[in-house]
Amino acid sequence: MPAIVVEGLERAFDEVLAVQGVDLKVDEGEIYGFLGPNGAGKTTTVRMLTTLLLPTGGRASVAGHDVAREGRQVRASIGVALQEAALDPLMTGRELIRLQATLQGLPSAEGRRRADGLLERVGLTEAADRRVGGYSGGMQRRLDLAAALVHEPRVLFLDEPTTGLDPVSRKTIWEEVRALNDEGTTVFLTTQYLEEADQLADNVGIIDNGRIVAEGTPKSLKAEMGNPHVQLTLEEGSIAVAEEACAKIGKLLPPVDGKTIMVEVANGAADIPRVVRALDDAGIEVGSLELVQPTLDDVFVAKTGYHLPQEDEEGSEREAVEA
Amino acid sequence: MSLAANLRVVRALGLRSVRQTFRRPQLMAPILVFPTLLLAIQTGGAGSAVELPGFPPVQSFLQFMLAGAMMQSLMLAGNSGGIALAVDIEMGFTDRLFAAPIPRYAIVLGRLAGTAALGLFAALWFLAIGLTFGAEIHSGVPGALIAIVLVTATAMAVGGLGAAIALRSGSASVVQGLFPLVLVVLFLSTAFFPENLMIEPAKTIAAYNPLSFIVEGIRNPIIAEVDATDLLYAVLAIAGIVLLGLALSASALRHRLRAG
Repeated sequence: MPAIVVEGLERAFDEVLAVQGVDLKVDEGEIYGFLGPNGAGKTTTVRMLTTLLLPTGGRASVAGHDVAREGRQVRASIGVALQEAALDPLMTGRELIRLQATLQGLPSAEGRRRADGLLERVGLTEAADRRVGGYSGGMQRRLDLAAALVHEPRVLFLDEPTTGLDPVSRKTIWEEVRALNDEGTTVFLTTQYLEEADQLADNVGIIDNGRIVAEGTPKSLKAEMGNPHVQLTLEEGSIAVAEEACAKIGKLLPPVDGKTIMVEVANGAADIPRVVRALDDAGIEVGSLELVQPTLDDVFVAKTGYHLPQEDEEGSEREAVEA
Repeated sequence: MSLAANLRVVRALGLRSVRQTFRRPQLMAPILVFPTLLLAIQTGGAGSAVELPGFPPVQSFLQFMLAGAMMQSLMLAGNSGGIALAVDIEMGFTDRLFAAPIPRYAIVLGRLAGTAALGLFAALWFLAIGLTFGAEIHSGVPGALIAIVLVTATAMAVGGLGAAIALRSGSASVVQGLFPLVLVVLFLSTAFFPENLMIEPAKTIAAYNPLSFIVEGIRNPIIAEVDATDLLYAVLAIAGIVLLGLALSASALRHRLRAG
């Protein structure tokens, strides 16, 4: 049985249709990456799936229960860690997890036992009796994750769990998500980070303007993109002239920032000399040049026409060539 | 979840609410510090008011003022409870509660349980102050218990109104903006002065102000023998505010879930 089934899900806010007929299916034990920029409809979709918001159209079921009619059963089956960890800064970590255990109907002794175990699992035992307001961003996210796990949910919703975290904290969260998934928990993960979806998700859905525009495994989506592209910046010369020169080699991709040119190349690294020669002939001096294999960003660009914000570091798929 | 589990939720949320108040001085100050200061200033500066013709027979002005101080404290406790709930909404903490498999009314009841506990604390605090500074509780221990129960119940009732406004607005500054209104409503009751010595239109407003019925219900066992009629009116006024607060809270909860 699928863990999540969504059919034609809609949500309108007055005249604005924030989610416009979303369809998706998440199997038991899967990590589903829900990818999109700010305002695309990710959080609104998650709020409907977690019963925090009633849909205005379509239907959805989570763990076999309808989100509109069987909210209580849905909530008993899910764990939720929402965007911007919703923690009370005046509570201690231990108090928060024990409260969460009570909210999930666990007896006091069991709640205490699980709180201690989870605090140890996320590395917060020593900080457990300190107020949450004094925790770092990474500690707060780990605590939020631990709280979401206190009743051992079948389905875990993580809404942008690593936004704003440093790389070390981000990787810690990723490891924990993988471990949970290995234990059988289905994870619905929203993110605006391509690398996060690429690293963690079995399947990815890309949402833009309230609609799913692409869905599949990261590998299959990238395979759809076909060719790699050359990405270059100019040391000297007109960007318009450079674009004209590159257009003779392959298809130009939408610009990222007005300083970078991206041109699709059919033969990968073998086409780099052609690009360099074309630019040289046009009198353009290249500052940097790199060959980029298809990424989820390319999928996103192809489906939506624009880029998602990138993380500071990029994946390992790039082969940089300094000009 | 079973009834016992739901009661555990209400208790846990009530305890959190009380802890939150004690850990955030800006919530605690209006509940205890301001009413205590006002009580000290009024009894020290206007103590001879008891000699006015028509003033109810009392042992001292402090004895008369205790009910008003308790009323002020519990009104501000209700307002502070509303502010705390609005802060929870603003920072997303209520989403954690809404995403749990508990009845949504338990979230409001948990907050009200916390406000009631603060009301109980306020009642004990002001009775202790009164007794320390020589005020007698005319009806003795039963009278003190009646006052304590009424103050606790009224705190919960007023907290219901604060919770409704917080749930509807989702804004701490809106709830905080009601602070002056709370004082106006309080001063237009018999909390600080007997109705028969007021002038119009305050006198008529105080005569129909539900807070006056509650104040008289609390004051009566402190300054005289328990009067069943005063007590009945107080209970009815509290029940009315409780029903109004719960109805408005339920409506605001539904609206919040529909609107997101």
